[in-house]
Amino acid sequence: MAEIPEHLLKRSAEAQARALGVPVEQVLAEIRGEAAPEPPARTPPSPAASEARPSAPSGIPEHLLRRTAEAKAEVVGSSVEQVLAEIREDLAPSPPPAAAESAPVADAPSPPVAAAAVASPQDSPSMAASSPAASSPDPSDNGAATAVTPRPVAPPEDIPEGVRPQRLLTVVKAKAIQQVKATPTDKVNTWPHLMIAEFTALMVVTAVLIVLSVILQAPLLELANFNQTPNPSKAPWYFLGLQELLSYYDPQVAGVIIPSITGLVGFMAIPYVDRNPSTKPSDRKFAIMLFTLFLTGSATLTLLGTLFRGPGFNFTYPWADGIWFDDLKDWVHFE
Amino acid sequence: MAIGNGFKLRERVSEAADSFRRSPLWESMFRPGSPFKRGYSDSPRNRSYVIMNNVLYHLHPVKVKRHAVRLSYTLCLGGLSFFLFILLTITGIFLMFYYRPTAPAAYIDVEALSTSVAFGSLVRNLHRWGAHLMVLTVFLHMSRVFYHGAYKPPREFNWVVGVVLLLLTLLLSFTGYLLPWDQLALWAVTVGTNMAGFTPLFGNQVKFALLGGIEVTGNTLLRFYVLHVLFLPFVIVIFMAVHFWRVRKDGGISGPL
Ligand code: HEM
Repeated sequence: MAEIPEHLLKRSAEAQARALGVPVEQVLAEIRGEAAPEPPARTPPSPAASEARPSAPSGIPEHLLRRTAEAKAEVVGSSVEQVLAEIREDLAPSPPPAAAESAPVADAPSPPVAAAAVASPQDSPSMAASSPAASSPDPSDNGAATAVTPRPVAPPEDIPEGVRPQRLLTVVKAKAIQQVKATPTDKVNTWPHLMIAEFTALMVVTAVLIVLSVILQAPLLELANFNQTPNPSKAPWYFLGLQELLSYYDPQVAGVIIPSITGLVGFMAIPYVDRNPSTKPSDRKFAIMLFTLFLTGSATLTLLGTLFRGPGFNFTYPWADGIWFDDLKDWVHFE
Repeated sequence: MAIGNGFKLRERVSEAADSFRRSPLWESMFRPGSPFKRGYSDSPRNRSYVIMNNVLYHLHPVKVKRHAVRLSYTLCLGGLSFFLFILLTITGIFLMFYYRPTAPAAYIDVEALSTSVAFGSLVRNLHRWGAHLMVLTVFLHMSRVFYHGAYKPPREFNWVVGVVLLLLTLLLSFTGYLLPWDQLALWAVTVGTNMAGFTPLFGNQVKFALLGGIEVTGNTLLRFYVLHVLFLPFVIVIFMAVHFWRVRKDGGISGPL
């Protein structure tokens, strides 16, 4: 509860207050659990509405009855006519047992069960009243089953054809098809909030790149020449860290690509090795320390290889042999 | 502004624009809720429709966590990596019009591109600096993901996909490095592939497969060219699709911390 942001609470309280016709403050207090819930000012379901009509003349079409009887007869091994007669007998009005049967369902306190029922239109107000959509704070109908107990009352003659008393089809556990674990989080619309941020970032980077490309000319030296090895020969900058490592260890012995491939595999393995579930920096000091070491190490090696390696890949200062500044002069062009 | 016959230019333009926006063509171009449609109004429902009824729905959910919108969380690094990839594709296609991947021709073409093609130099520079920047943003994106612990369940596998993306980004950059066929390209790739040759046991085989020979030749150029403009982009797009899909299926951006 404590994690729901204030403004979300308020928004939901406002909506609920509007629906129930009570002051916002009261709802807010209820949600926070500061005030006893007030019984909602709803009209209780009228008895007429919640009463179901008896399950008298079944209304099951003749051909369905016959099909059932045939199937049953085949299993039981008796004649179809006999089974049909039995079924008809069962369907004949015998209300008290039916009421007794569904009573436990209706009374079941928990776990909440919902009865999937063929509801007649008259019943729908009472269904809505006890449905969770009303999110009523009234404890009396929390988790109550939506089953309506049939009463032995003769059907009024004026019930139109097709509007039949409800029958209990099945009892379904009140469990969602999908497990929804989502806790309320503070969300905003992607449009415009995120899209604007993204668009801005995109425009800024484009602008920076264009300015950079106008000022800095990409290098193009002389035509490739196999007979003239430049000194020093360097890999692209993102491999210079590796090249730097190579100059410390005998490549034939230590190998470089294998470590870097295992390095890649090792990187992929990080989530499976680090089983610490916390994302709080204070809980993962060791992991952060290791990664920071890796970052500073590779940055140092790359800078060393890029700037501090002169002819023969020997150490030098970038200003001494003009490696860096000469190139820069070549690249920069104002026109 | 009044011009002949008392017609106002502004009025006529806006009239024409209006009737175009009423045309069946325009109407059919945008799905309901698009801000480009006539009569768009800013309402919560339309804000949802803008994403939901849009090809963008492949990338973005209708709503995102509030903290994810703050630039300081992702620094937009993943998004920028993706954007740079798009930019590199566009500029790269332009470059392909002027480039032949054969031994001396490649160099001549790049040189001509910088001197005698309109905007050639600018586009080449955009492509080159953009590529360097992308290596950087992908690397920084990885670091930000690490520091947020955003690779923890359920996002473990997306981290693995990410490492593959990093490798592919490096390979794209490396194969592109050879294409100008100048001294810088030749010897950087020689050094790079020599490093691959130090692989224990099958080093020479690795090197041979990369080079298409025992040293950098025209074969290598063609090989790197095909990898660079076709194979690697194809593979990286597939991995990116999986990456973005997983970001959403794993519950959107991680956090807040
Ligand atoms: C071509 C390279 C890459 C592209 C285009 C890309 C793109 C993205 C985008 C757009 C996001 C959404 C969040 C954000 O912008 O930060 C994201 C998230 C993520 N990326 Fe990448 N990425 C790339 C490489 C990587 C690499 C190298 C890794 C790690 C080794 C990685 C791991 C992740 C993870 C775990 C997430 C989820 C983060 C979260 O939920 O906070 N990605 N990626």
